Formats: sequence, structure tokens, C-alpha cells
Amino acid sequence: MTTVRSTETTPVVPIPSGPARILTAAGATGTAASAFLAWTWTSGFPGDLTVYGYPGGLQWLTLAGALITLLLTLASYHLPGLRWTSPSGGNNGILYAALGAAATTWFTLIAISAELGGLANLEPGGWAAGATSLITLLGALGLPLDRHPRGAGQGITRYLGLRLAKVERPLPPVRELPSPIEVLLIVVAFATGLYAITFGLDTDYGELFTAYLLLAGFTVAALTKSGLVTRLRALAVKHRTVTTGAAFAAAAAFPFTQSSDQYTSVATNILIFATVALGLNIVVGLAGLLDLGYVAFLGVGAYAAALVSGSPASPIHVHFPFWAAMLTGAAVSIVFGVLIGAPTLRLRGDYLAIVTLGFGEIFRITMNNLNGTTGPKVTNGANGIPRIPDLVSPGFTIRGLHIPAFDFGRKHSIGGLELGRFSNYYLLMLLVTAFVVLVFARVGNSRIGRAWIAIREDETAAEAMGINGFRLKLLAFALGACMAGLAGTVQAHVSYTVTPDQYTFAEALPPNSAFLLAAVILGGMGTISGPLVGATLLFLIPKKLEFLSDYQLLAFGLALIVLMRVRPEGLIPNRRRQLEFHEADIPDQAASPETALTKAGA
Amino acid sequence: MTTTTLLDVRGVTMRFGGLTAVNQVDLTVGQGEIIGLIGPNGAGKTTFFNCLTGLYVPTEGTVSYRGTILPPKPHLVTRAGIARTFQNIRLFANMTVLENVLVGRHTRTREGLLSAVLRGPGYRRAEAESREKAMELLEFTGLAAKADHLSRNLPYGEQRKLEIARALASDPGLLLLDEPTAGMNPQETRAAEELVFAIRDRGISVLVIEHDMRFIFNLCDRTAVLVQGQKIVEGDRETVQSDERVITAYLGAPFDGTGSTASEAEK
Ligand SMILES: Nc1ncnc2c1ncn2[C@@H]1O[C@H](COP(=O)(O)OP(=O)(O)OP(=O)(O)O)[C@@H](O)[C@H]1O
Ligand SMILES: [Mg+2]
Repeated sequence: MTTVRSTETTPVVPIPSGPARILTAAGATGTAASAFLAWTWTSGFPGDLTVYGYPGGLQWLTLAGALITLLLTLASYHLPGLRWTSPSGGNNGILYAALGAAATTWFTLIAISAELGGLANLEPGGWAAGATSLITLLGALGLPLDRHPRGAGQGITRYLGLRLAKVERPLPPVRELPSPIEVLLIVVAFATGLYAITFGLDTDYGELFTAYLLLAGFTVAALTKSGLVTRLRALAVKHRTVTTGAAFAAAAAFPFTQSSDQYTSVATNILIFATVALGLNIVVGLAGLLDLGYVAFLGVGAYAAALVSGSPASPIHVHFPFWAAMLTGAAVSIVFGVLIGAPTLRLRGDYLAIVTLGFGEIFRITMNNLNGTTGPKVTNGANGIPRIPDLVSPGFTIRGLHIPAFDFGRKHSIGGLELGRFSNYYLLMLLVTAFVVLVFARVGNSRIGRAWIAIREDETAAEAMGINGFRLKLLAFALGACMAGLAGTVQAHVSYTVTPDQYTFAEALPPNSAFLLAAVILGGMGTISGPLVGATLLFLIPKKLEFLSDYQLLAFGLALIVLMRVRPEGLIPNRRRQLEFHEADIPDQAASPETALTKAGA
Repeated sequence: MTTTTLLDVRGVTMRFGGLTAVNQVDLTVGQGEIIGLIGPNGAGKTTFFNCLTGLYVPTEGTVSYRGTILPPKPHLVTRAGIARTFQNIRLFANMTVLENVLVGRHTRTREGLLSAVLRGPGYRRAEAESREKAMELLEFTGLAAKADHLSRNLPYGEQRKLEIARALASDPGLLLLDEPTAGMNPQETRAAEELVFAIRDRGISVLVIEHDMRFIFNLCDRTAVLVQGQKIVEGDRETVQSDERVITAYLGAPFDGTGSTASEAEK
């Protein structure tokens, strides 16, 4: 077998692989079919699972999970036209897909029993789905899987006795496709992604969202093991511009898929949170400066914008147009970044973390005290600055072309589709995000970015290479502050009011400094998509878990622990860390003895 | 030799509390010279290097390079033209081999934040030049084939070579090597000798700390011996090898010098 060294290919449950495969396919078909049956007798459970002949709510997720399992299983029969789903040719992907389908199904069954009070509330359809999903799982466990030999496994599956290999199989060489087809594939992938994300955002009850997360997690794992993700990533790297364009086009298309402002407001807040997290990633991920008070810069930008917004509560009676307000917010944040950075950045490591934590709190307390009684009247103290008017882009004329004024607070219709207030801000925020992504990508991969990474890796050695550590750290701090400040200006207008309590160190809801840091670490330090994904999850999970009421924070904490245990390197690991894992896992790639010997003469 | 003086160290002293790690050391390095610095463990050789490169601010004394006194700031010392390697390898572990060398180009390039974002033709030209120069240095040290590997995954000997390549990237006039052959096998050591000669042939002077005497006497025009922070002798091979104080210092007989504070504090 041409598997990666240090793994073996054995089933977990000792059944012959032929029958196991049939069992998997049959089980998956059965699960898919049972999604069309009634699972419970009452529509008391959200999503209405009482209908025969048509799936509803959570059943759609079971159906999706079962179909993905079936697809991967059929692909393992080398059926023509399906090979692309599983280029690695391994069976681990099937197992993950089966796990996803079973987890989703059983989560639903347990949720029904728990909420309606007992197993008696399950209809035969529900039992059928539960049973068939377990049969699928059993079949998948009987397939030859890539596993660690006994005693060698490191992954979490070791505890379950599965010992699934973490290493991805090497993929066979790609068949060259014509460029337009590759681009089309990227577009299809993003359209699917947009659909999946929109589905997750629009989930209107917590059970659906939880099951969605379960399924999404397992499906991504399954497609990673099947090799599809690697293939797509290779395509994305090859057509970088197309990919970036498609990603932003998909993001920009989101408000057009929405009929109300309900979820665009959530999406706008996610974008704000994600952009700030990306800004923090410059500071933490690139330059390695642990900043625990970063949310203060979002606050500085928001307060600066609020003060020049023309709000009746602002002591400065000016009303800047939107671009001037944004520049003001960014500029004031940079000034504060430098003011706070200059004395603190001489400290290293833990000291810096503590001092930035202190500065973050000082900002909040100062905003509280600039209320006219305990200090000069600037910010209205705890009441904040309310009634911030919407941003308005003034109309102007360039070379005879008249650009009309644009009020972000009004509804606009584009091509017959209504875009509400939040959609306007969402699109504006998307531009800000795009700008931050551009800056991050270009600076991160430049002389300055390399110097930051060098400082992160070893500050003493970096200085000995001629890098002015203090200056570059200050630059990282100021740039990070600028990004947060920009986002802050939009945030002030989106939420009508800025109050000091929006900018704390830790809270149950984002954005706050602790959540920002968590988004960076969970998503993947030093990457672009990592903090974006991390921020999205960290924003959605607490919001959608509200149905757990008292247990919300507990469940959230558990979810974080599981995520960090499964992927300590972050959801989207840095290219460097990938390289690190890659080379560490495949010993004959990097530090082989021959290469060490051949290089003796210089 | 009658050459121009590159490095001129006068009366450098480094005290850590009661311990005098380096005591009134004078040293000059001329253009195109290879100078050795030897001494038993704990003699203060690395501390002396740290004083030269601004990692430590010497308690007393001055360091001048090409006639100007160097400020004790590492990045300014490097910009002035002195580059170094470390005794305990200090590569940027999670950067690739090429990136490590590119970081070494930092002082010789100017591109700032704005040009990195705008990516104009000037920026791209500078970046391409840096890459070319870095690749040339990797060829020179024999690491070109591994340009895209993470530096942490290189074998030990190659990590030492990469440190040298990275230091050379700053176009130094003087290279300080702190035990460049530590942990190398005899073949690799010989290759390292060749490398040091090749560096000198590029017009770069070298000041090297080593414990391997054959390496030192093969290479160096002059060798200085440091014992308990004091320079006890300096000269060519014969002078050093015949000096009684050197012999006693290496054989472990009690050193009867004035720097007795050092020996007390070391206990
Ligand atoms: N930062 C410091 N603080 C206190 N003492 C120090 C410091 N750095 C070095 N020393 C002491 O100074 C003395 C000289 O150490 P140094 O590392 O310079 O020796 P060395 O000649 O390089 O030895 P080796 O051959 O083992 O590398 C030692 O006694 C060491 O403990
Ligand atoms: Mg030393």
C-alpha cells in the first residue's frame, strides 16, 4: 500500500470491507429516506418534523449529511463522475461524513425527547433515522481506515479507540483542466459556501444552528480527508485573484439573498468584529505582541466618529461627511495607538499583556468619567453618545458625472431588490474589510511583515539583523489601531449609540478584547481567513446558543475547548504551521540523512 | 600587517554585579583579517561579542568601527556594518530559509509600509533584488536547494550555515562568528573553514570564537586569548601556543592574574 509512513490501513470494526461498504451505502440511503418520514407527532418541536413525504427543519441537515456520506461511499467504488469528490482514495472521509450524519440525527432525536419530555415523542420515522445512521456508522467503521498503529496516535480519536490518522494522504497528480473550468469550479465552490453560510446565519432556532455546526464541522473534516479541500485550495492558490474576487462577490451577494434586515444586521456586526480581529492579527499574529486591551481602539474610533457625527449629545457641533468621519476615527486611533504603544512597547511578553489590559480598562473608565461631573463634559459618561445620525455620503460631480448623495439610513433598491439600512452598512463595512485584507496581505508579505515575524520569533536576533524592534512594534501597534478605528467609525453609526460598556475586556457577547483574541487564536494566527472565520463562529455561537439560557456560557466554553483540542493550530492554520506539520509528519521530506550529508562542501 | 583598521576596541569592561566578565580588553581588527578569540569556558568571549554588538552596554570602554564610535544599539551596529551569529543558534524558526536571509537584508533596504501596500514598480524592483541577493547567499553557503524549508527543520550544521548567510545578507564589513563549528563533525568543520576563507575573499573581515584549536590556527592571522575576562596574550600561532599562561589556563592550573573577582564569583 502506498500510504503515508507511520500509519496502518485497518478497519476499527473487524468486518470484511466489501460488506462494510455495502452496509455504509445502504445505511446512508436509508437515513436519507427516513428524513422524509415524520419523526415526532407534534409541531411543538421547532421546524415541524411531523410531515410525511417532505423533510423539514433539522431533517434537511440529516438528509444533507446522509447524501454526502452516500456520495463519498459511491466514489469509493470508483464510479466515473464521482472521483472528484474523493481524490485521496482513502476511507476516512466516509467515516467523518457518517459521523456527521449520525451526530446530526441523534442530536435531533435527543433534542426532541428532551424538549417534549421523553422518548415517547419519537415517531417510527425518527427511530428509523437513528437506526440507519448508526448502521451507516458501523459500516464506515468496517472500512479500511488510515490509522495510527497502536500506541502511536496523538489525535483526539485515540481516546475513543479509533486512532484515526491526522496526516492527509498524498494526492495523485492532478489532471490539468482548462483554465475557465478551474475558474468555474472556484465560483461553484464559493456559491456553495455562500449558500452554506447563509443557511447558518438564517437559522432561526438554536437547535437548528447547533446541528448545523455539527454537520458543518464533520463535513469539512470529511472533505478534507477525502482530499477535495486540498484540491480546491490548490486551485485557489493558482487563481488567487479570481478566488479573492469570488470571495468578496459571494460576501457582497449576501444582502441580496435576504428579505429583511434581521440577519443583515447580524452580518454587519460580524464583519465589524471580524475586521477588528484581523487588525488584532497584525499585532498578535504577525508581530507577536499580546494586546489584551485592543478593543479600546475600536472604542476610540467609535467615539471619535460619534463626536464628529453631528449627534445632539456631542459637545463638538460638527457634522462630517462619511469619508471625513472615517478618516477622523482612523487618525485618532493611530494617535492613541502611538501614545499607548510608545511607553508600553519597551516591555516584552507578559508585561506587555498586563499593561495593555490596563490601558484597555483605563479607556473605558475615562470614557465613563468624561461626563461633566467627575471630569470635563465630553462623552456623557455611562450614557454614552446617543442618536448618532446615519452616515451620509454627499453628492458631487466629477467631470460632468453626477454622483448623487447617499444616505446609509435609507432603503435603496438595486435591480429590483430592496436594500435596507443594515444592508447599506454591511456593504460599506465589506469595503472596509476588503481594505484591511489588502493591507494585511500586502504588508504581511513584505520587508515590514518579515521584520514583524522575525521580532515575533526572536526579538534579540531580529535586532541583531538590523531591525529597530521598538519602531517596528510601534508601527504594528499603530496600524492595528488604525484598522480597529476604521471599523469603530462604522460601528458607531450602525448601533446609533456608543457607550463605554461596549468596550470591555471580557463579556458574554463580542466584541471585547478577550473575544477578539479568541477569534484570532481559534481561527489561526497570522492568517487572513482564520480570524474572519473565527470571528464569525465566535459571534454566532453565543448568539444562537441563547436558547440554552443559563447554560449558554458553559456550552460556549465547552465548544471552545473541543475546538482547541481538535485543532490547536487554529481552524485555518498558517502556511508556516502547515509546512511545519507537513514536514514533521512526513519524515522523509525534510531532514533526511542524505541531504544532511550531501551538503558538506561549500 | 599594514591595513586599515576596521574595528577598534578600547578598554571594554563588562561587570554583572560583582562579576567582571570582561576586563579592560583592547582589540583591533584590520581590513581583510581573520582574527581568532579563544579561551576556556566562561572566559567572557560571548559577553565580549555582546558588548561589541550593542546587546550589552559595556560598563567601560568604547567600540569604534571605521573610526566612529558605535552606539550600543544592536540595529545601529548592524547598520554600521558589523554582523554576527550566535553561539546558541537563533534562527527565526518558523520562517523559511529564504525568509531568514531576507530579514538579514532589512538594513540595506528602505521599503516602508506605504510602498508595501501600493506595490509600485520601485517596491517590486527592490523586492526582486533582495530575493536575488538572498538566493546568491544561499548558493554561496550551499543552502539554495532548501530555500523553501522551514529553518527549524534544517539539520544542525545547516542551521549554522544559515545563520552565516543571514548575517552576510546585511553586507557587513566585519563578521563576528560565535563558535561556528560547535556540534559539527570533522568534515563539516573543514567545510566551515573553507567557508570562512571564502567570506574573507569577499572582502569581509572575520572575528571568530572557537574551541577547536586546529580550526583557529588554520584560519587566523592573529589569535587573542581571553581568560577570566582578561586578554592575556595576542599574536600568531607560535606566540599563543608557547605562552605559559595559556597552557596553564587550558590545563586548569590556578590562574594567578589580577581578575580574581571573576574566579570567586564563578563559584
Ligand atoms: N547576562 C549575564 N548576567 C550575569 N552574568 C553573565 C551574563 N552573561 C554572562 N555572564 C557570566 O559571564 C561569564 C562569561 O560568560 P560568557 O558566556 O561570555 O563565556 P564564554 O567565554 O562565551 O564561554 P563559553 O566558551 O562557554 O561560551 C560567565 O561567568 C557567565 O556566567
Ligand atoms: Mg560563549
